[in-house]
Amino acid sequence: MVQWGSHMAEFSLPANSKVKTGKTFKAAAGAANSKKFQVYRYDPDNDENPRLDTYEVDMDTCGPMVLDALIKIKNEMDSTLTFRRSCREGVCGSCAMNVDGTNTLSCIKAIDDIEGDAKVYPLPHMSVIKDLVPDLKRAYAQYTSIEPWLKTTTPPPPDKERLQSPEERAKLDGLWECVLCFCCSTSCPSYWWNGDRYLGPAALLQAYRWIADSRDEDTGERLDNLEDPFRLYRCHTIMNCTKTCPKNLNPAKAIAEVKKLMLARR
Amino acid sequence: MDLLRIERFIWKSIMDTRERPLSPHLQVYKPQLTSILSIMHRVTGVALAAGTCLLVWWLVVIALGGEYYTIMQNIMGSWYGRLALLGWSFALFYHLCNGIRHLFWDMGVGLELRRAYQSGWLVIGAAILLTLGTWTYAYQSVGAL
Repeated sequence: MVQWGSHMAEFSLPANSKVKTGKTFKAAAGAANSKKFQVYRYDPDNDENPRLDTYEVDMDTCGPMVLDALIKIKNEMDSTLTFRRSCREGVCGSCAMNVDGTNTLSCIKAIDDIEGDAKVYPLPHMSVIKDLVPDLKRAYAQYTSIEPWLKTTTPPPPDKERLQSPEERAKLDGLWECVLCFCCSTSCPSYWWNGDRYLGPAALLQAYRWIADSRDEDTGERLDNLEDPFRLYRCHTIMNCTKTCPKNLNPAKAIAEVKKLMLARR
Repeated sequence: MDLLRIERFIWKSIMDTRERPLSPHLQVYKPQLTSILSIMHRVTGVALAAGTCLLVWWLVVIALGGEYYTIMQNIMGSWYGRLALLGWSFALFYHLCNGIRHLFWDMGVGLELRRAYQSGWLVIGAAILLTLGTWTYAYQSVGAL
């Protein structure tokens, strides 16, 4: 919906962002089992709009995951295709993108799970540097703003580390596993419309990770920092974040816990 | 030669003021129960606000007297008037049920994805049943279409 405030939500893409039809790259002759990958392309070195290129990938010589197909395209069909990737096993968060209509890590998204042509776009509603590479500057700055480190006022015990009971440690499960891929934040319509002021599910899940940590002694200030109509409360429990998280975490629940703490301390 | 290329590259980086494109969002994101029910909550909220004005107008018309009231009744009793009322009553029940769902969420209950889907379908079912029930009751008590 339209936001009543200093700016309005833009539902359509700006003129320079409209996606045009691109080139088609045929599979090698003799490929009996090919699948079409429609991939978002944007070249910052010319004045053209983004386009959707089609690659017919030979599935008989391709690995099982979407990232395998992208690497195969880059190696064998079109070396100009640009994307981030590193670990290829869902622990680094680099290859986050929009595949088949939802955000995920392309390295753990099975090609077989996609019916029809595979559509691959960058993370939604982000400034695109090139092809599938979005600018994550703002998302990282928002992460920095929640001060993701242990903050204490009491001196540490002289002879040992700050300890936690197993129960206290268990409270961090479902939070520490986040790989900061920003699939959740960029799936959230509220973040699309207010990403400049709303911190988004990824940063807020991390905020709760430190609030929930029994060793952290800065809970009050952490909550103060989030007590804001936009930073926290633009979450309307849409739950696209939880639906899309490739690590099966629950940012919506983490945000709800923060909201509960806000109420409890009134 | 190489220096020239480097210089051109640096100049290009500095001078390149071209605005980056915004990646597609609504255009490509798959509709799913989570987001559909959320936007429906907002749309029904707006519909209820509009419907409340209609309700007030209905009361005003009663105060204006019989003639005006008959005109209003004819409008509301027509097929499109009834259709609007049907939509409005559904909006009321949907917004009510989903509002209760939100209250549970605010207490931290039912936020697991599986539970959110269950409660989502429950809300849709309850809103439809309540709407149909209300209209069945209304027609039965009036006794005619």
